[in-house]
Amino acid sequence: MTLPEVAGLALAFVARVITGAQGHWHGAPPKAEQRIYFANHQSHFDWVLIWAALPRELRAVTRPIAARDYWTATPLKHWITREIFNAVYVSRERKEDEDPLEPLMEALRNGDSLVIFPEGTRGHTGEPAPFKSGLYSLAQAFPDVQLIPAWIDNVQRVMPKGEVVPVPILCTVVFGAPVALRPGEERRAFLDRARQAVVALREVVR
Amino acid sequence: MSSLRSLTNTQQVGLLFVTLFGVLLLVTLVAFARSFREPTDAQLALQERWTRELRAIWIGALLFWVAWAAGPFVSTLLFGFVSFFALREFVSLTHTRRADHRALLLAFFVVLPAQYVLVGMRLFNAFTVFIPVYVFFAIPVISALANDPLHFLERTAKIQWGIAVCVFGMSHAPALLLLDLPRWQERGAFFVFYLVVVVVVAQVAQAIASRKLRRRPVARAISRTFSWRAWGAGAGAAAAVGTLLFWTTPFKPLEALVMGGIAGAAGTLGEFVMQALKRDAGVRNWRGRPSVTGAVGLLDRVAPLCFAAPVFFHSVRWYYAI
Repeated sequence: MTLPEVAGLALAFVARVITGAQGHWHGAPPKAEQRIYFANHQSHFDWVLIWAALPRELRAVTRPIAARDYWTATPLKHWITREIFNAVYVSRERKEDEDPLEPLMEALRNGDSLVIFPEGTRGHTGEPAPFKSGLYSLAQAFPDVQLIPAWIDNVQRVMPKGEVVPVPILCTVVFGAPVALRPGEERRAFLDRARQAVVALREVVR
Repeated sequence: MSSLRSLTNTQQVGLLFVTLFGVLLLVTLVAFARSFREPTDAQLALQERWTRELRAIWIGALLFWVAWAAGPFVSTLLFGFVSFFALREFVSLTHTRRADHRALLLAFFVVLPAQYVLVGMRLFNAFTVFIPVYVFFAIPVISALANDPLHFLERTAKIQWGIAVCVFGMSHAPALLLLDLPRWQERGAFFVFYLVVVVVVAQVAQAIASRKLRRRPVARAISRTFSWRAWGAGAGAAAAVGTLLFWTTPFKPLEALVMGGIAGAAGTLGEFVMQALKRDAGVRNWRGRPSVTGAVGLLDRVAPLCFAAPVFFHSVRWYYAI
């Protein structure tokens, strides 16, 4: 076993001790198919929670998206995102000649699964913000990749914005049934439908 | 009995565990043999519940054995983890706000370890006052510093109460393990065993009595089964079994009767109070079944012990004037 693997197992264990990190699968079993998981975003802890809730075999092929300027700033941050999580780095500032989604497309062409937070930023109202259009572009470009909605519950209580130490509170991740792009569906209509699919999973928890 | 008394402490404790696991093994084998029959639906539900209960008892018994065999350090550590998971479940069920973050961190990462360190070092006087005096003072200060007056008293009270039940109450179980009475050294395992058996008997007897007697419930909105008659039956059964077990403790039969009654009565009342908490939190049934919020029902199982252990511990210390 290599050091990143051990560190990964230790991290998943800590996440489970702190939050329980229970994964509930409603509508699609956890399978090693190529997938894009999309979820609500409330905390830095969101990714770790989804990752720890996945079965161990799926963790290795499921990759997060990380902002390049922040997550490569120090050697430790860079090592964690590169070696443990195998993150896909994206730049936050947009340049004229490059497509910001290109690194994601590249990963999908390699056959990896992705976790994305289509709200774009961490919310704190409890209601997810409208989705940004990246999900639509990915769905268009990769019609064979399953789009799985996920609702992360309670995590904002574990680590509210601005705090660094997590409080132990039980959290759940509910994975829903795949959402597919319908032929000829409009961008906005699809994004709203996808957001609805995420919000609907909240009712499963309550 | 006299031949038992002549054994060394370690041999007596060993015998206790051999008996405990022997009985458990027998019950498990019988349950396994019965599982081959073709069951009806009602039997199947009963069987499932029975399997869950049995598994919980096995886990509890193994924990108890490891705690004893590995010595005071590991036993304190183990109970500390049980405390941690119970408090985690408690906090998940209550609604805390952002401003509670620091107070919760204090509860989980300072108060809880400190309390178990005090137990492990057998500083029983400090251990008794640490939470009621110092933590009671510190938590509201930290909460007030978070600059959020909304529901201040309610939020602080919830955290205090969680600490009192899950940390303070639970920490009395390892304290019993480590308690040395005059002419009763190194045999704390019997105390914990006695307490657990008596509390479980009280719970079971109360459940049976409430089914058979069908008295009017005292507080229908909280529990449909709790009646004073059933509660009395539970405490009575605990006292009776406690008397039968007097030889495992330093008590004389009459003392064992009173102590058993006290512990059983406190345990079942603790269970009743937990039901009120569950109603408040909106949980319908969590016993052993993982609900979607992730509550696995640990709190439910340890709550009677959390309530009975401090009462039992202090009764013993007061009675023996130590």
